[in-house]
Amino acid sequence: MPDSRFKIMTSAATSGPGDAGRTGSWRVERPVIDYSRCTPARTGRHACHLCWFYCPDVAVSKTIEPQFDLDYCKGCGICAEECPVGAITMVAEETFAEGGADE
Amino acid sequence: MSNKCIDSGNNAAAHAARLAGVEVVAAYPITPQTPLTEKLSEWVASGEMDAEYVAVESEHSALGVCIGAASAGVRAFTATSANGLLYMSEQLHWAAGARLPLVMCVVNRGVGAPWSVWNDHQDAMSQRDTGWIQLFVKDHQEIVDVTIKAFRLAEAVHIPVMVNYDGYYLSHTYMPFELPDAEAVRAFLPPYVYKHALDPQRPENLNSVTLPDARRDAGGVLRGGYMDIRHNLQQEMHQALAVWEEIDADYRQRFGRGGAPVLEAYRLEDAEFVVVAMGTLANQFRDVVDRLRQEDGIRVGVLAVQVYRPFPARQLAEALQAARGVMVFEKGLSYGHQGALFADVKSALYPWPARPVLRNFIVGIGGREIPTNELCRNLKQACGQDELPPEVADTPNWIGLQL
Ligand code: SF4
Ligand code: SF4
Repeated sequence: MPDSRFKIMTSAATSGPGDAGRTGSWRVERPVIDYSRCTPARTGRHACHLCWFYCPDVAVSKTIEPQFDLDYCKGCGICAEECPVGAITMVAEETFAEGGADE
Repeated sequence: MSNKCIDSGNNAAAHAARLAGVEVVAAYPITPQTPLTEKLSEWVASGEMDAEYVAVESEHSALGVCIGAASAGVRAFTATSANGLLYMSEQLHWAAGARLPLVMCVVNRGVGAPWSVWNDHQDAMSQRDTGWIQLFVKDHQEIVDVTIKAFRLAEAVHIPVMVNYDGYYLSHTYMPFELPDAEAVRAFLPPYVYKHALDPQRPENLNSVTLPDARRDAGGVLRGGYMDIRHNLQQEMHQALAVWEEIDADYRQRFGRGGAPVLEAYRLEDAEFVVVAMGTLANQFRDVVDRLRQEDGIRVGVLAVQVYRPFPARQLAEALQAARGVMVFEKGLSYGHQGALFADVKSALYPWPARPVLRNFIVGIGGREIPTNELCRNLKQACGQDELPPEVADTPNWIGLQL
């Protein structure tokens, strides 16, 4: 039983975007979804969502067309790695207009 | 109903882990710890112990599994020695920083190179700054009692605890000891509850990256930064000493053993000289001081340090205020400096008015024999040498070198 006199401080925190700061500024590659291949987008039904499940920064929405929150997407590529149908491609930031990254 | 037995120190530790209701054991065999984990795996295999035994490929993984188990709210145990402990080192820091209440037996052994399977304290000394509570025991009965109490301490203060006992001197020798009744241990040690236990219904980020400053999490709650978390670990390490004394008092009331959980004094009341030592060495010195008192009329006593981290600086300084000379005998050192325990004792005394003469002796490194005669001779000589040039007095003396 924990002793009530102790604070026992850890870095346990409510998970959500931004728990590690605005990690969008770390990104050198940006995930891009091809909705013609993405299962929920193709079928119009909630399915799969492994990109949402695996994203370590909670930067993918659990929507029929999954969206990325580029303030927090750090470009790690885990979503692209995990997508079972290969719908996500990592694209270099410099290919986007005006330097691409929003930070 | 209690149960008297005659068994090895490793089996005593295995009994203690079983009685503590450990639910996960993950360990990698290493001499001289091996028979302890073999015993636990036998009991798990035969169904005598209701626990998961996770066979791992390394000590790093062993502690990793225990960290995972504790994070899931499960009571976990591991044990190791020497290079195995050092292989865990990164995870030791992790377990402490994550404030996971693990208990680990460390069967003390010299660290390679050169290879040695024999006893000294260098393994534990080298990990003293990881944020683990480090306890040293002196006999089989203490292995049992201290290991059971260690679980209650770890879970009360949420700091992992290392129970150190001497390889071979204790691990492989047979001694009589008493096992407490299982039901009574369950009453003493309630089930482990972890407020951040992994739960898919209540997702949390555990030990994710902290930034230099405190931050608000996604729920808007202010969370400490790395420095705040580490500051609290330091504060609560010190507060843990008082909790350890309370736990010991409760154990003593229930089981009739205990009473000196932090420092154990032997013939200190009128002592002019005090030997400070840890582990079985402190027990060996009881013979030495008895002999010096009887044969030479030297008033000398022994102070066994049983909690090494957090270092009981105040209690130690108080116990040594009346001494004219303090001799620290130890089985490990901070290479390039001096005995680690000696340096700690010296710094504990500095703020106090009485500053006894201090001497440092290094013994038994890599299992080198520690003859009681030699201890007598060296201690007697040290008791007659108040006036040494500071540098000489501050240099460790190695006993039993064969150069
Ligand atoms: S993992 Fe791939 S298929 Fe599944 S939702 Fe994400 S993008 Fe679509
Ligand atoms: S690349 Fe994908 S997984 Fe990585 S942070 Fe961005 S959205 Fe999340």
